[in-house]
Amino acid sequence: MVSLNINGKAHEVDVDPDTPLLWAIREWVGLTGTKYGCGIAQCGACTVHIDGVATRSCSVPVSAVTGNQITTIEGLAQNGVPHPVQKAWADNDVPQCGYCQSGMIMAAAALLKEKPKPSDADIDAAMTNICRCGTYQQVRAAIHAAATA
Amino acid sequence: MNYMPRLDRRAFLVSSAAAGLTVGFHIPFFDEARAESTPPEINAWVVVKPDDTIVIRIARSEMGQGTRTGLAQLVAEELQCDWSKVTTEYPTPGMNVARNRVWQNFSTGGSRGIRDSNEYVRKGGAAARMMLLQAAANAWNVPTSECTAANSVITHKASGRTTTYGQVADAAGKLEAPKDVALKNPKDWTIAGKPLKRLDTLPKTNGTQLYGLDIKLPGMVVAAIKESPVWGGKVKSFDASKVTGKPGIKGVVQVGDNGVAVIGNTFYQAKTALADLPIEWDDGDNVKVSSATIAAMLKEGLDAQTAFVGNQKGDAKAALASAAKKVEAVYSYPFQAHATMEPMNATALYTSDKCQVWCPTQNGEAALAACAEAAGLPVKQCDVFKYDLGGGFGRRGMSDYVRQVVLIAKQMPGTPVKMVWSREEDMTHDFYHPITQCKLTAGFDNAGNLTALHMRISGQSILSYVFPANLQNGMDPAVFQGLTPNSPEGHFGYSIPNLLIDHAMRNTAVRPGFWRGVNTNHNAIYVECFMDELAHATGQDPLAFRQKLLADHPKHLAVLNAVADRVGWGKPPPPGIHRGLSQFMGYGSYVAAAAEVSVTDGRLKIHRIVAATNSGHAVNPAQIERQVAGSFVYGLSAALYGECTVKDGRMEQENFDSYDVMRMDEMPKVETIVMPSYDFWGGVGEPTIAVAAPAVFNAIFAATGKRIREIPLKNHDLRTA
Repeated sequence: MVSLNINGKAHEVDVDPDTPLLWAIREWVGLTGTKYGCGIAQCGACTVHIDGVATRSCSVPVSAVTGNQITTIEGLAQNGVPHPVQKAWADNDVPQCGYCQSGMIMAAAALLKEKPKPSDADIDAAMTNICRCGTYQQVRAAIHAAATA
Repeated sequence: MNYMPRLDRRAFLVSSAAAGLTVGFHIPFFDEARAESTPPEINAWVVVKPDDTIVIRIARSEMGQGTRTGLAQLVAEELQCDWSKVTTEYPTPGMNVARNRVWQNFSTGGSRGIRDSNEYVRKGGAAARMMLLQAAANAWNVPTSECTAANSVITHKASGRTTTYGQVADAAGKLEAPKDVALKNPKDWTIAGKPLKRLDTLPKTNGTQLYGLDIKLPGMVVAAIKESPVWGGKVKSFDASKVTGKPGIKGVVQVGDNGVAVIGNTFYQAKTALADLPIEWDDGDNVKVSSATIAAMLKEGLDAQTAFVGNQKGDAKAALASAAKKVEAVYSYPFQAHATMEPMNATALYTSDKCQVWCPTQNGEAALAACAEAAGLPVKQCDVFKYDLGGGFGRRGMSDYVRQVVLIAKQMPGTPVKMVWSREEDMTHDFYHPITQCKLTAGFDNAGNLTALHMRISGQSILSYVFPANLQNGMDPAVFQGLTPNSPEGHFGYSIPNLLIDHAMRNTAVRPGFWRGVNTNHNAIYVECFMDELAHATGQDPLAFRQKLLADHPKHLAVLNAVADRVGWGKPPPPGIHRGLSQFMGYGSYVAAAAEVSVTDGRLKIHRIVAATNSGHAVNPAQIERQVAGSFVYGLSAALYGECTVKDGRMEQENFDSYDVMRMDEMPKVETIVMPSYDFWGGVGEPTIAVAAPAVFNAIFAATGKRIREIPLKNHDLRTA
């Protein structure tokens, strides 16, 4: 049994301690908003927050995060109010297929927490997630919009 | 008369289980799909609920390209309904078969969703409006011609009475469909043609959008699969006892003659066990195939005597023999993986009398056929429930993964099985962008006029592999995308007195497939980079050189002029910035691009792209802009990085660490010019990909004097000596 605190709630999860956090979240806890894209921390579709820091959950074993606060896309809105990044995403009609967007949004939310008014260079450095539809231009616009909201 | 599954993904259920939070989504089943549903269907395309909710049926698959929203706009335009109350649902392929293909084609590829179906979906909306009007008129006992409809409200002006679509829907659904249905003039559109927001954005911002990979059915097990790593190889043996005792592992099954799957409670357990499973393969002869052997075969085709002719005018060979000046170049384009963000997956439930599949697919009816064939059941006892795709790009037009999951599920009747491919399986078992080489030879007269062009393509044919029945006397017409004399799908814009474009078909062990843009991508590089070479070889301006040759094709010329004007061609660019141009026609649309780049110490930066597209009509200009910007990411990822190589009969790239793609920091600013001419219907999702690479390569030449003739760019050193 491994104890995980996800979106403010404690979960006792019966997994091997080496299990990547991604699979514990998706297959044991049942939160499927966090996506599998590559399994090797390349694409960022699995991005969650660990103590507020954007982290690729496919490459973190559950044993490493038992004492940490884990936030997934499902836990980003507070009291039913979308996070400013989620609102900016909807206002700017960012997603196309949408599969990478949970990870994009989590990465953007962590960036804005650290840098409330990011420059284009800050966005380039922080947003290394892969989108195959090619939403990057709208992602950039939405981050700037969220920063000035 | 009405048998639709309820597919409204917004209506998901959330329940708390004792062990933790489990999210239960509404997942449709076969019997439910065939049960009478309550909301009245007006016709196949339109359902109106009593609360005035409008449900528009969408036959094509949504994979990010926005077809759901665009098609709904076209139906809603003619229906004259309240757009704020529009939702959509997918009819199932099984129901399309049961209802005599009332929704026509489900196939979603070739940028065809809107251009192929616009007329019949608009007629569906218009017919539904006429029936709703008639139902109201009947109730009021007045002539239908005295009633008007707007925003889901029907008004009889003379008596001042009004009603809503929801109130008359039941009666309308029982009326005969009208025979003569007139469509609005697009100039009068108020919903179509407008930059409306997508209908499906919200669930993609909060994690509630359900993809095939997220499906969970009661009692479901998960399969991880490995197919022969060598093309054409087969399973010789495997030792299941090495993994069957592992936690969560239920068993190991063979899948056809070339795959093995480990079944577990979870994908993580199954894929971990699969990695430990000893499998012996019979590699077969293809183990000798490599990128080098394939390249040698294609090179031979460049000068082969016989080839399929796609476009011919005058006598190019004779004109070249007598030309005052000749220019020749050889280009090449590699295999490329689709790399959809969501790896291939499908879920199946097989019982003795039914087989049901839940999956992301670009071709629901092909998936249904694959399901029935693999299950060994009649089509009417099978169905496929479509889920929005986490990327398609042509890959999910194939149904190999549907066949696999059914072959697995058949071995465990009554148990739902979700099969998931690892990224490694996905990248090494794709249907790849075809590999080709191209030799171009041009001849000029003494005055510097282009008098002859021979373009010889050597390489793969997709149709030979995917739809051999569609070959024409052995020729693959799709090879000539954008190069044909007069096809409305894409014709060659340059008027050259002696022209020969031909194809030496050279197929390989590596299977090709349709790919976003596909043949237009390499054809445009070959033509447009070579045109740039010809302009420079004869001391002519690349824009003026093209303008002269495009004079007979005003639509090609118009998009080229539009990007040249916007980018400021003819005026000096900012210091350090260099420009390149390209134009092409594909998927029925005319497109052009201008690129501004700099190259510093061998490092390329693409600063700005100006892209123009004439798709005839523009159903949603805001979504067109997004598709165009996105197409440059896909096209430039291919141009800069895309390459899958072959060694010992297997693909060498397995994941994004060795198959890189463009990220945010390389994304140029894309300025899109949407310039519909309103006299034809063209596609949007793919055409502009073709002009991405040549515009950038031509700009790189302007910056460095280096020609990029072998794709991708990553294999070239841009540093000046």
